[in-house]
Amino acid sequence: MGLKSSLHNLKEKYKGTKMAPAFNAIHTFLYTPNDTTHGGTHIKAADDLKRTMNTVIMALIPCLIFGMFNAGYQHHYALGEIGKASGFFDPVFWSWNNLTIGLWKVLPLVVVSYGVGLAIEFLFAVIKKHEVEEGYLVTGMLVPLIVPIDTPLWMLAVAVAFGVVIGKEVFGGTGMNILNPALTIRAFLFFAYPTWMSGDKVWVHGAVERSNEIAGGANLDAISGETILGSLAQGHQSAYSLSEMFFGMIPGSVGETSTVLILLGGLFLIFTKIGSWRIMLSSVIGALVMGLIFNSVVSSGWITESSKFYTLMSTEFWHHLLLGGFAFGIVFMATDPVTASQTNKGKWIYGFFVGFISIMIRVFNPAYPEGVMLAILLMNVFAPTIDHFVVQGNIKKRKKRLKVKAA
Amino acid sequence: MGLLSKKDAKLITDPLADNNPITIQVLGICSALAITAELKASIVMGISVMAVLGIGNVVISLMRNIIPSKIRIIVQLVVAAALVIVVDQILKAFSYELSKTLSVFVGLIITNCIIMGRFEAFALGNGPWRSFLDGIGNAAGYAIILVIVGFFRELLGSGTLLGFRVLGDPIEKTGLYALGYENNGFMLLSPMALIVVGVIIWVQRYKNRALIED
Repeated sequence: MGLKSSLHNLKEKYKGTKMAPAFNAIHTFLYTPNDTTHGGTHIKAADDLKRTMNTVIMALIPCLIFGMFNAGYQHHYALGEIGKASGFFDPVFWSWNNLTIGLWKVLPLVVVSYGVGLAIEFLFAVIKKHEVEEGYLVTGMLVPLIVPIDTPLWMLAVAVAFGVVIGKEVFGGTGMNILNPALTIRAFLFFAYPTWMSGDKVWVHGAVERSNEIAGGANLDAISGETILGSLAQGHQSAYSLSEMFFGMIPGSVGETSTVLILLGGLFLIFTKIGSWRIMLSSVIGALVMGLIFNSVVSSGWITESSKFYTLMSTEFWHHLLLGGFAFGIVFMATDPVTASQTNKGKWIYGFFVGFISIMIRVFNPAYPEGVMLAILLMNVFAPTIDHFVVQGNIKKRKKRLKVKAA
Repeated sequence: MGLLSKKDAKLITDPLADNNPITIQVLGICSALAITAELKASIVMGISVMAVLGIGNVVISLMRNIIPSKIRIIVQLVVAAALVIVVDQILKAFSYELSKTLSVFVGLIITNCIIMGRFEAFALGNGPWRSFLDGIGNAAGYAIILVIVGFFRELLGSGTLLGFRVLGDPIEKTGLYALGYENNGFMLLSPMALIVVGVIIWVQRYKNRALIED
C-alpha cells in the first residue's frame, strides 16, 4: 500500500472526529486527494494555494543555502581563520567548513519556526473545526531568513507564537490578516529583544559569545560584525565592495544578504506569475526617487559633513538597493498577495511608497537601520485604503463615461 | 446576601465581568494603556478612580433633583474635577514618586469616559446608596482589568511584581535569567497593552459566548 492510500485510509478512519482537520492536512499536503467533489461548478487548476506556497519556497531555497554558507563564512572570516572570498565562486566561501556551521545554526531556526507555527495552525484548525490552512508554509521559511543568526531559539518560538496568533489567527486565519505575519514576527523580536536584533554583535555567529568572554577577562580580539547599514548610520564608510554587497558575502540576517540570489528568486516569482512585478518595480522606483532626493540634498549643500545623516544621505542612490534587507523585503514580503494592494493601480502606489518610506526610515532613524520592515508593515495597513480609492476612482470614471454617452 | 439585596449586589458584580467598563463597553482605554506598565501604578490608578467615582456618584445623586438638566454636564465635570484634584493632591503628599509615574493621567481621570458615563447614566436617576454601589462596582471593574494588564506587563516586561524581582536578577543572572531568559521590552510599550487588553476581551468572549456582538 502506497503512502498516499494509507494516508487516505487514515483520513477516512478519523472522519468526523475532533482531529479530522489535522489528518486532512497531512493527506493533502503533497498529494491531490482521490475523491473529487461532485455537483456545482468547479474550477480545475493546478495552481492551488499549496502550489503557490511551494513555488515561493522554491524561490527561497537559494537564499537559504547561501545563508548557511554565509553564516559559516562570516564566522570563520571574523575569527581570522580564512581569507576574504575573492568572488562569488571562490571555494573559500563554498567550503564544507562553512556549511557545517550554517547547518548547525540555521536548521534549528527553520525547525523551530515551522514546528511552533504549524503546531499553532493545527491547534486553531482543530478548535475552529476547519481545514488546516497553508498560510504558514511561506512564513515559516521567511522567518529564519530574516532573523540574525544567533537569535535564541526560545525567543524565536515566542515571537512565532505571537505573530501567528495575534498577527493572523485573531483576524480569521490565512488570507484575512492585515499585516504580513513574517514581518510581524520580526517586528515583535525587534521591539521585544532589541539587543538581539540590532547592534554590531548579533550578525556574525559567535560574536556575542566572544564579547562575553572578553568581558570575563579573556585576552581575545572582539569580533565586529557590524552590518553595512549599521556602520553607515554611525558615520563610518562601509568596508565592503560593491560586488560583495551584490553577491552577499556580508554580515546581515540569515538569508537576506545576497542580492543576486534574491533577484533570481524574484525573476522566478515573476516568471511563474506568483509575485507581482508591479510591486517589485515600483518599490525599486520609490527607493531610487528617495535616494535621489537625498543625494541632491547633499550635492546642493543643504547639509554638511557634520550632520549625522550625512553618510547615509550621501550614499549613492542606487547602492540602497543592495544594502540591508531591502531587496529581500520587496521581493518576498511586499508582494505578499494577502497584505499588499489588490488592484493594479493600487500595487503601483503601494510599492512606490514601500520603497520611498524604506529609504526614508533608513536614513532618518539610525535606531532602525532596516527601514524596509517598518515600511512594509506601514503600507500593509494602508493597502486596503489605497484599493478603496482606486476602485472608487474607477467607478467615478465609468459613471462619467456613461453620462457622456447618455448625453 | 445579608448586607445587600440581590438587586444591589448586582450593581457591584455586573461591572466586574459581564458588563465590564473596559472589555465590554470599551471605555477608559487610554489610561488602561498608558499607566499599566507597573502593577503598583495600576492598583493606585484603580483606587483613585474608585474614590472619584464612588464619591462623585453619591454627590451627583444627592444633587440630581436640583441640577438644571441644561447644565448637568458642566456640573458633573465640576464635581469630577474637584474630586480628582483632591486625589491628586493626596497622592502628591503621600507618595510623590508614584504620582510622578502616573503624571498627567491622574488629572485625566476627569475626562475618563467611565466617570461621566456613570454620572450621566446612573447617578442622575438613582438614589445615593445605589449610586455609590454602582460607582464602586464600575471602578472595581475598571481596576481589575488594570491589575490584570499591569500584572502581565510588569512580570514579562521587567521581570518584577510590585518592584520585587520574582524572576531573578537580570544583571547578576540568577533565577530564570541564568537559563537565558530575557525581559520582553515590547511589554513596556503601549501597543502591547492594547494587545493584552485585546486578549482579555478575546478570552472573556470565548468563555461567555453571549457577550459576542454581531
